[in-house]
Amino acid sequence: MQSLILTTATRLLVALLLVFSIYALLRGHNLPGGGFIGGLIGATGFILYVIATSVSDARSALRADPANIAMLGVGIAAFSGIMGAFAGDAFLTGQWLFLFAAEGEKGLPLSSVLVFDVGVYLAVFGGILTLVFAMEEEI
Amino acid sequence: MADDYPKVDRVMGGASGWFSIALPAVLFLYFLGLVPQIAEAPQVRGIEWVPSLGIGLSVLLDGLSLTFALLITGIGTAVTLYSARYLGQHPDYPRFVAYLMMFMVGMLGLVLAGNLISLFVFWEVTTIASYLLIGFNADSAKSRRSALQALLVTGTGGLILLAGMIVLGTVAGSFELVDILSQGDMLREHPWYLAILLLFLAGAFTKSAQVPFHFWLPNAMAAPTPVSAYLHSATMVKGGVYLLARMNPGLGGTEAWFWILTLFGGVTAVFASVMALRQTDIKQVLAYTTLMALGTLTMFIGAGTHYAIMAAMLFLVVHSLYKAALFLMIGIVDHATGTRETGVLGGLSKAMPLTGLAAALAAVSMAGIPPMVGFIGKEFMYKAGLGLGGFGAIWVTVMIFAASVMMFVVAGIVAWKPFRGELRETPHAAHEGPWPMLAGPLGLGALSLIFGLFPGVLAHYFVGPATHAVFGEVREVHLYLWGGINMALILSLLTFLAGWLMYRRHEAIRHRLIRIEQGSRVNFDAGWDRVLDGLKALAAWQTRLIQTGNLQTYMAVIFASFTVLVGTTFLLRGGMGSGINYEADGVHPIQWTVLALIAMGAILATITSSRMTAVAALGVVGIGVALIFIMFSAPDVAITQLLVEVLVVVLVALVMLRLPHLPVRSASGFRAGHAAIAAAFGILSTLVMIAVLQTPFDRRLTDFFEIASWPEAHGRNIVNVILVDFRATDTFGEIVVVVMAAVGAYALLRGAPGAKPTPEDEEPVQVAAADKGEKV
Repeated sequence: MQSLILTTATRLLVALLLVFSIYALLRGHNLPGGGFIGGLIGATGFILYVIATSVSDARSALRADPANIAMLGVGIAAFSGIMGAFAGDAFLTGQWLFLFAAEGEKGLPLSSVLVFDVGVYLAVFGGILTLVFAMEEEI
Repeated sequence: MADDYPKVDRVMGGASGWFSIALPAVLFLYFLGLVPQIAEAPQVRGIEWVPSLGIGLSVLLDGLSLTFALLITGIGTAVTLYSARYLGQHPDYPRFVAYLMMFMVGMLGLVLAGNLISLFVFWEVTTIASYLLIGFNADSAKSRRSALQALLVTGTGGLILLAGMIVLGTVAGSFELVDILSQGDMLREHPWYLAILLLFLAGAFTKSAQVPFHFWLPNAMAAPTPVSAYLHSATMVKGGVYLLARMNPGLGGTEAWFWILTLFGGVTAVFASVMALRQTDIKQVLAYTTLMALGTLTMFIGAGTHYAIMAAMLFLVVHSLYKAALFLMIGIVDHATGTRETGVLGGLSKAMPLTGLAAALAAVSMAGIPPMVGFIGKEFMYKAGLGLGGFGAIWVTVMIFAASVMMFVVAGIVAWKPFRGELRETPHAAHEGPWPMLAGPLGLGALSLIFGLFPGVLAHYFVGPATHAVFGEVREVHLYLWGGINMALILSLLTFLAGWLMYRRHEAIRHRLIRIEQGSRVNFDAGWDRVLDGLKALAAWQTRLIQTGNLQTYMAVIFASFTVLVGTTFLLRGGMGSGINYEADGVHPIQWTVLALIAMGAILATITSSRMTAVAALGVVGIGVALIFIMFSAPDVAITQLLVEVLVVVLVALVMLRLPHLPVRSASGFRAGHAAIAAAFGILSTLVMIAVLQTPFDRRLTDFFEIASWPEAHGRNIVNVILVDFRATDTFGEIVVVVMAAVGAYALLRGAPGAKPTPEDEEPVQVAAADKGEKV
């Protein structure tokens, strides 16, 4: 299935969707979004790319095997949980670091929670693409 | 087996070899340093692990656990030193060391654990390590089968034991051994006592290979010889005995305890010692004598008097010393001559004098001849047996007499016959073993002699404290070589006489036993195969019954059972009661429009004959639901719903595009049935939702998250804060499921149909059996 309009639009849309997915991931803690939604949006972008071009193009655009991305996501999520252990907390207890914090100003919040959300993002993203790529290739 | 693998050039097993020798040696010295302290007073140390469940990594150090720890590390040092030479050039030697160290840690944890649950975890570690070690020669179908058999028998027993531990912990109100063992009187009176006892015994009897679960132990001799010497004589199989001894203050001392343990133990001891005479492979002979020792220990722990416990603890040490030495010795003989058959070996003392010396020291102790410690062990067993009252005294004494006579004969078969007379022709020319292999058996043999000459050391530091720990109260323990002329001594002399007479005729006895065995229809090993086959047949049958492979059937069953189960509960609990308001007031016209869209989508999905239309119609339903989420201010849920809905439509469409165009099954009965299920499900869900929403809403959790989200988790989006912080463990589980599902689907799509494992050519029948077992 080759459609000139779809192919052309996809080039713009994929980039947009990927940027938007990361935006959704990062804003998730205070506004609608988060790793799960972000991962779904990112996966949608690549699925669009698969439909417009082919799986092999999508694979080479992605560079890494989606199954590996998914595994990496689970690993990152697990690691974010272990970070709590260094502070003597239970598994997956959020660890926070406020960079440039001043009086009355929280500064830039960095946390193991965000690392966990990145893991969720990658796991969902990679998991869905693993499935879609395999379906497209095998059926 | 010693020579038929490509050798790797390593001195004493290389780095892993040295590590494996150093670790148990250092631990041994450490535990040895604790001996004087522990002989005075037991100690409990530990850290909390899962405090909310009362599970801790506490360590219970008393005479019993310390004696075991010293046996584990001491014999461990001898065995690792031996293996570094025996297997050090094997390509997989580092893997072997890893398994062996894993076993050692598990075994130490098992005997030192002060908490039932951590004891169970270590118990299972030893089971798994044993599986890996028995199956170390994974190329051989026989060792794979033996490994699996040992795993399944001891693993099943372990699960039963876990059930017993949970019941016991609940009854006693604690999983700490110290707390449990101090409540012995309460436990023995408790109505669940018998259940707890039987569950514990199932675990202990499978681990310690009591009849009728004994068959896995002789098969486990497929493991390399150092493993047999370590796991299957001195340590792991004694795990069950350890458990019995450990639980004695809490569960022991009842009629049931006495009779079950003495009967099973006695039968095991005599059955095993008879079977030992029937074998020709010396390693098999030793395996059966190990069974005999385990039976004896069980019997004396069951007998439960102070003397009996003391005899058991003494025999525990005695047996570990001589049995490990004998296993290591036969390994040297096997290594040097290429055979372990009694009929072939002879006159080895000329070629292998030091091996012969080690064999002699160990075997004299095994036969119970003074001045070895084995003699003291046998004397005290007789005294303990005679000291029991009534029928128990007769039973235990007769059993121990029969077993001791046959031990005398076996000692002759394994350590006298192969070494005396003319040097016989063997596959390799016999030669003396290297020092790392001799050090262990000679050292252990020497200890048997030293403890025999100085029994006071043994009594004061090991047997005494261990007896106190098992018996539960402190009493004087006095061991001696010469106790004057008494009944036990007379029985000992009778044992020697009977043993000597039997030894002279042991060839004839063996032939007789082989004939009896061939005529017998009782074969535990074959019975095991039948049990496994039955289990597999059952699994296949129920899979065929439930897993039809038809998606429509699955869906119909799932929704129908949901409707029936929830519907019944709903009606019985008064869900249709009078207090429920079914009026739909306050619904906005826009909401009505969305509801109408959803309903239309649903109806279209059921009546259309095109798959594509059905998928799109379902998409309409899903997006309508997402709209409703937006209307009720749940943007996160709505976005997720929308994205998932789009993805589902895309995925299903991808699949549908490639499926052949099948006519929709439109038999009217079939469709009517599905329509009924769907309608009932929909109506029920609606009714349940209406009823549920009219109960007062518990806002405690909502309030908590609203208040805590910003100050504690620094986030304003409560849904996401719950997902990634408050309940992050759930989310972690979910993403693991997502990835597993994706990988599973990937494997299903990629899996080449018709790919079969390549059959092996050796031992075809057993290969088939073993393969089937492993694939399940």
